[in-house]
Amino acid sequence: MARRPQDYDDIPGTFVFDAERSRQGYGINMFCMSLMKDENRKAFKANEAEYLKKFQLTDEQRDAILKRNYNRMLELGGNIYFTAKLGATDGHSFQHLAAVMTGSSQDDYLKMMLGGGRSIEGNRSKSGKDKAAKAKAKAKPRSKSTAKRK
Amino acid sequence: MAHIIAGVGSSHVPAIGAALDNNKTEEPYWKRVFSGFEKSKEWMARTKPDVAIVVYNDHASAFSVDMIPTFALGCAAEFPPADEGWGPRPVPVIKGHPELAAHIAQSVILDEFDLTIVNKMEVDHGLTVPMNLLFGQPKDEWPCRVIPLAVNVVMFPPPTGHRCYMLGKAIRKAVESYPEALRVVIFGTGGLSHQISGPRAGLINSKWDKDFLDNLSKDPKKLTRIPHVEYMREAGAEGIEMVMWLIMRGALDDKVEEVYRFYTVPASNTAVGHIILENRGKPARRRASAGRSRLAAARRKSQQVRSKGTR
Repeated sequence: MARRPQDYDDIPGTFVFDAERSRQGYGINMFCMSLMKDENRKAFKANEAEYLKKFQLTDEQRDAILKRNYNRMLELGGNIYFTAKLGATDGHSFQHLAAVMTGSSQDDYLKMMLGGGRSIEGNRSKSGKDKAAKAKAKAKPRSKSTAKRK
Repeated sequence: MAHIIAGVGSSHVPAIGAALDNNKTEEPYWKRVFSGFEKSKEWMARTKPDVAIVVYNDHASAFSVDMIPTFALGCAAEFPPADEGWGPRPVPVIKGHPELAAHIAQSVILDEFDLTIVNKMEVDHGLTVPMNLLFGQPKDEWPCRVIPLAVNVVMFPPPTGHRCYMLGKAIRKAVESYPEALRVVIFGTGGLSHQISGPRAGLINSKWDKDFLDNLSKDPKKLTRIPHVEYMREAGAEGIEMVMWLIMRGALDDKVEEVYRFYTVPASNTAVGHIILENRGKPARRRASAGRSRLAAARRKSQQVRSKGTR
């Protein structure tokens, strides 16, 4: 059955881990969960393809895991808190994974974060319908903005 | 009678825990983050709650995808820190308050919030990082008992903001019907804006965060109307954690006093937000009878005096 369209599919660069993806990605996520145990990490690293036979995975899912295609894992039902365990098994920091998923170098990603992160402007909507941010949660302007005591 | 005296909102970024555990708190990057919590630790040391109800989410530690409870209330006597892949965090075991937790479960389920009861659970950085930020790094034991309330915000859909807010009200009612005179602080944790998954990872929206904090303080009902898609669009796919702050807010008075706020970007991939809101002793039931409202007024007065004393 094809995936039913959802309002959040319009958010660019985002794979929402919803109930449908959770169903589809059960094998990916339980494989990642198994990597919490050292003996499993060793068995996986010794023979990745063989280790993956223990989990119910489609060919596409298996391929995404073996190729460390993190975005594809998310698209096929992986969840970031789980796939991060695979990254850790490979000895990578989380920011390495973030850089890989965003197609940038770790250095550039780090600089972007230090500069205040990825801007929301231009990153709201694929269709461009939401350019004028739904600013209805806007409150009265405050006189002071950062850390302070009243 | 037990009382909720204040609410605390705090991010629970795992890298903050790692910075604490690896003694990096004096590095300029981390000092910027930790300095924002110095006053909060002083406030907490003065406030001395008996119990903290900590609303947080598990990150594939205690719950895998085998079971995904929407609201899971920790009713155990203790909760060990989870091994998140680098060994359990070196923090004391969290001591629960099974009697109050059971009382809350009994009360809110009959109020139609169908919680999952958890009698055995490990807790991850989602709970232990805010504990460190507010209570410091005690060696042997935490200074108060803790009731964890784990909320599913990992699999979409999480509970709505409105549902969270109403659960907060039900929790307050439960606490106020507990006979022992306990002083309770409630934590809402997670957020603020961040996305850590997919090509849009690294997203931060400071303006949206600030509006959220403003409304949390002054007009929380406005926040209860924000649809999930707006959280994910504006505050990042993982920014949807912010619904958990509404449980904390729902448990407080309609009007609260904001006594502290802190915001900084970034900690790792996340905007760090923090707020402390104090109840000012308004009666929980607005339509109290005449006699009751006299009592409530007297109680209000005594609490005002007491809270001034703690400042």
